[in-house]
Amino acid sequence: MNSALYFEGSSEGLTELANQPVAGPITEPRSEPDHAHVVIRDVHKTYSTGTVKVEALKNINLTIGRGEIFGIIGRSGAGKSSLIRTLNRLEDVTSGQILVNNIDVGSLRERDLVTLRRRIGMIFQHFNLLHSKTVFENLALAMKAAGVRDKAAIRQRIDELLALVGLEGKAQVYPSRLSGGQKQRVGIARALMLKPKLLLCDEATSALDPETTHSILSLLKDIRDKLGLTIILITHEMSVISEICDRVAVLEQGEVVESGPVWKIFSQPQHEATRALLAPLRKDLPDALLADLKPKPVHTGSRAVVRLTLAGSGQKELPLHLLASLGTDTKLLQSDIEYVQGHVMGRLLVSLPTEDGKLPESFSTPVFSDTEVLGYVTPSA
Amino acid sequence: MSPRLLEALWQATLDTFYMVGVSAVIVWFAGLALALLLITTDRGGIFEAPRINTLFGSVVNGFRATPFIVLLVALIPLTRLITGTTIGVWAAIVPITISATPFFARIAEVSLREVGAGVIEAAQAIGCQRLRIIFSVLLPEALPGIIGGFTITLVAMINASAMAGAIGAGGLGDLAIRYGYQRYNTEVMVAVIVILVALVCLIQFVGDRYAYRLRHR
Repeated sequence: MNSALYFEGSSEGLTELANQPVAGPITEPRSEPDHAHVVIRDVHKTYSTGTVKVEALKNINLTIGRGEIFGIIGRSGAGKSSLIRTLNRLEDVTSGQILVNNIDVGSLRERDLVTLRRRIGMIFQHFNLLHSKTVFENLALAMKAAGVRDKAAIRQRIDELLALVGLEGKAQVYPSRLSGGQKQRVGIARALMLKPKLLLCDEATSALDPETTHSILSLLKDIRDKLGLTIILITHEMSVISEICDRVAVLEQGEVVESGPVWKIFSQPQHEATRALLAPLRKDLPDALLADLKPKPVHTGSRAVVRLTLAGSGQKELPLHLLASLGTDTKLLQSDIEYVQGHVMGRLLVSLPTEDGKLPESFSTPVFSDTEVLGYVTPSA
Repeated sequence: MSPRLLEALWQATLDTFYMVGVSAVIVWFAGLALALLLITTDRGGIFEAPRINTLFGSVVNGFRATPFIVLLVALIPLTRLITGTTIGVWAAIVPITISATPFFARIAEVSLREVGAGVIEAAQAIGCQRLRIIFSVLLPEALPGIIGGFTITLVAMINASAMAGAIGAGGLGDLAIRYGYQRYNTEVMVAVIVILVALVCLIQFVGDRYAYRLRHR
């Protein structure tokens, strides 16, 4: 145990791995005792296809803490796949630095890189299991690759992991006989075979239905808590971020346009890309209402339709008397309130009476971060 | 059919087995090695080396483009160098092998290419070295397709062995030409065709079954 690579995780059954001589920069002792697990520093990545150069990643700077579930979200082509692949150097960066456990990933020679990869688990959108091998053989490959020959140790580790991911009794099955969710569970088990402390998830739930997605995400959260893993995931679905991530970075055209705690990004999205990604989670105006909506009050009895946004800055709940303070004639049309990381946030659609085409004096909104008059409707009394 | 002819037929069948059998063993290993070389040195491959790839690709194309009957004659000096003779079963093995190897390499290459980049990436991510990726991932994953391709190659090799018969290699093709064609012995011709059809059917059947058993998709 003389190198930073082996700092983590117990290694019973992995003694062969630990005994491999490791040379080069890995042998430097870990100097910073901080909580940073992964540091991405000034990373650029340029692809050149012939004469055309494409900047896939521009000036990326992120620090991911130990035990954190960190989400990277972006629309397709935003560069998130490239970014996650640079962390275990499935792709090289053009410039900049990636530090995992304070080890400069870019400086490793092949032998050390292979050793590092054994300490980083990765799961994939399309699972990438070997069709020609059973679940058992798929899992055993990771240990065999690491030089473990002890069959009993391999069997024991596989049993442990199949129990962890809820696939007991499936060891001798071929992947083609498994459902998508089960395949991803095998993928997770394979990624954890060598007891990594870092797990990379490349669109791990994008090929799964909503129910399976939910079960896989709870499994990920569960293993993070049980094993103290750091998880970095990329996705294009905000619902995945809201379900398990602690912090999130929004990637747009190769740049991080926004990052922070998930509730903050959800409640106060600053960038247009973030809003676009949040859009599927937002409720649209009801069609029936939209048809009656007029830009100006047309009648003295017209009511204003107002959207109230609750930013979630601190509130743990929404006292209803705040709504009542809008006036006794307030009507609630639609509500879209959710609870993200212990913050209440969302939007309310209300209708208020107007006086001479104006909102009443009593209309005050201390708790709402934003109010927007969408239009006016005339009640068909 | 006279006992002498039956004897000749039996000998010719054995000769064909010899020619195809020995060639097949060499073609299996040489073709797979060549296919792996073509795949792994290609752009994005695990031993990326575009120049070597282009070089070997051209050589393969060159042999693939040359008609077998031309190759048969063109390779006579090489055949003499290797086997010391230019007639007989052993002499036929040289051109059959040299013609079938690039053929099989191209077919195996297609199967190897179908192993998704994602699977290779996953193997890299769990810390597989490059040689392990070849032997534990690429080959097992592509094996059903490779077996199917080898079946096709074997049939093509039986074909080639009959053609080699035309320049004195022996075997069933030689018998069919000498007795069936040149001496108008329809009986021999029919017998040879029946044996060849049975042989091809058997190879195809065994190959298909084996490939099916390996396929777990």
